[in-house]
Amino acid sequence: MVHGIEGGEGFGFLRAKADWVRRETLKVHASAQETRIASSLSCVEIFTVLYYGGLLRHRPHDPAWAGRDRLIVSKGHGAISLYPILADLGFFDKAELGRVCMAGGLLGGIPDPGVPGFETINGSLGHGLGVGAGMALALKRKGMENRVFVLTGDGELNEGSVWEAMMFAGHHGLDNLTLIIDANRACMLDFSSRVLDMEPLEAKLNAFEWEAATVDGHDVREVSEALSAASHSQSRRPSAIIARTVKGKGAARLEGDPLSHVRNLRPDEVAEIIAGMEA
Amino acid sequence: MSAKKGVMRDVFLERLHGLMGADERIFILCADFGSPGLDAIRRDFPERFINVGIAEQNLINIAAGLALEGFKVYAYAIAPFLTMRAYEQIRVNLALQGQRKKMNVNLVGVGAGLGYDVSGPTHHCLEDLGIMRMLPNISVISPSDWETAGQLAHYTAANDGVKYLRFDGKPVDRIYDGPVRMEDCFSELRRGGDICLVSTGFMTHRASAAASLLEKDGIRPGLMDVFRLSPFDTERFVEAVKGYRTVVTLEEGFIGRGGLDTLVLGALAGTGARIMSMGFEGGYVFEIGDRDYLHRLKGLDPEAIAARVSLALQGA
Repeated sequence: MVHGIEGGEGFGFLRAKADWVRRETLKVHASAQETRIASSLSCVEIFTVLYYGGLLRHRPHDPAWAGRDRLIVSKGHGAISLYPILADLGFFDKAELGRVCMAGGLLGGIPDPGVPGFETINGSLGHGLGVGAGMALALKRKGMENRVFVLTGDGELNEGSVWEAMMFAGHHGLDNLTLIIDANRACMLDFSSRVLDMEPLEAKLNAFEWEAATVDGHDVREVSEALSAASHSQSRRPSAIIARTVKGKGAARLEGDPLSHVRNLRPDEVAEIIAGMEA
Repeated sequence: MSAKKGVMRDVFLERLHGLMGADERIFILCADFGSPGLDAIRRDFPERFINVGIAEQNLINIAAGLALEGFKVYAYAIAPFLTMRAYEQIRVNLALQGQRKKMNVNLVGVGAGLGYDVSGPTHHCLEDLGIMRMLPNISVISPSDWETAGQLAHYTAANDGVKYLRFDGKPVDRIYDGPVRMEDCFSELRRGGDICLVSTGFMTHRASAAASLLEKDGIRPGLMDVFRLSPFDTERFVEAVKGYRTVVTLEEGFIGRGGLDTLVLGALAGTGARIMSMGFEGGYVFEIGDRDYLHRLKGLDPEAIAARVSLALQGA
């Protein structure tokens, strides 16, 4: 199942899928107000391209399949937009989307490895890249060709442990590891640049012996081509894709709000946004 | 008891080295901390040994990633840095993750208690028993001799799960001459009269020396060596100390902060046993000197232990 790699029509499919994922994510948030909607909207295109663009090998009915590529969602609070995708692909029952954060449900505000499709425990920032580097090392030592993808935020890069992992992956030439940074420009309390400016990010990553590229994280073609290039690169370095995104993408009230992380969208606002998208 | 001295980590690493040829899943990581045993592993199994650098947080995270892909991982570092620099990595990626996924990760911490005596309080390790015992899904193993430490190589490779091994950094006497069953959690080295000294790690040697002194005064204490503090077999322990009127705990750790003393107090609550706790009180140890000197200063040398026990028995 490969969509989107060949061009025009395929990217149209991915764009339509991304719109659908955004709507479904908003619907989840409407009934689960505890979910971090702004963080989950910035990485919609990234998840969509990975799963529907043929870039992440997976088997929904055999989530632990040894031949799968590994995805670690290190920014666990932003994983709500992955729920509709995993449900759509059959990792778990679609009915779970209506029970997010509800008593006895499968899906919480932050996913854990008990949810089919999630590799690791998430929620505390700064862990995913190191664990992913360990997985990538293990796969190389076992002679396996699977890739490891790690999704972080840009604020998450404030954590020192991320840079310990960055040094390790660069030093050991973990070329089967791809870091995707959802650079949505905001932490919890302010824009990232005003809290702790991480720029110039691409130069920093290259200095740490990574192959870094910057893309528009809401352009499925750019995301897809960058991920594909990273997977097929002959470089011995690990690869990083800096996806420039907008926190709260698609919800005008959240875009540009430095406090979008802690903002909710009321159910009536969600209905209005969805109506606008469908018009 | 044989008096032949040995270093826990040396015996452990030598036996682990012996297992690595037949077991290709064993992977060793260290945080820029070595030993001759590690040099041999690096030489003979370069594909399954990595020094991650001075980076304990990453040490734990790399270990977790390797373990999730099926390796049996050993993360080797100085005990206080291993447990406390990387505590949240241990909590999230080993304790939490370990409840959801099968993992075999072994945290090998060297320098329990005052093993690194003259290096000062950053290198002393007096909190680890309490904080590691606090975490579910992690076995806390505190051997008192090199024989037990050596046996842990096979035990850890053969048993999944996350384990913390608290090794003394200095040479210690041999106590055991046969197989030690980790599931037993403790061993009664000697049956005594009214009083029992319950100790872990290096303090088991202190307890033994104190018992010899007490015998000269006609007091014959029982000796109980606790080598696994978590999970603990409380029921068996309560049964084992039945008959002792006074139980004294001895540890190279802070008192009243979750270590051996807390474990024993909890286990014996309501049994009517009189409990005394000996360890470090009053904060960190900034005084300079070797372990014997510092123990004398803090009342943990055999003479002081014997005197405190005698005094307590007179008052009983």
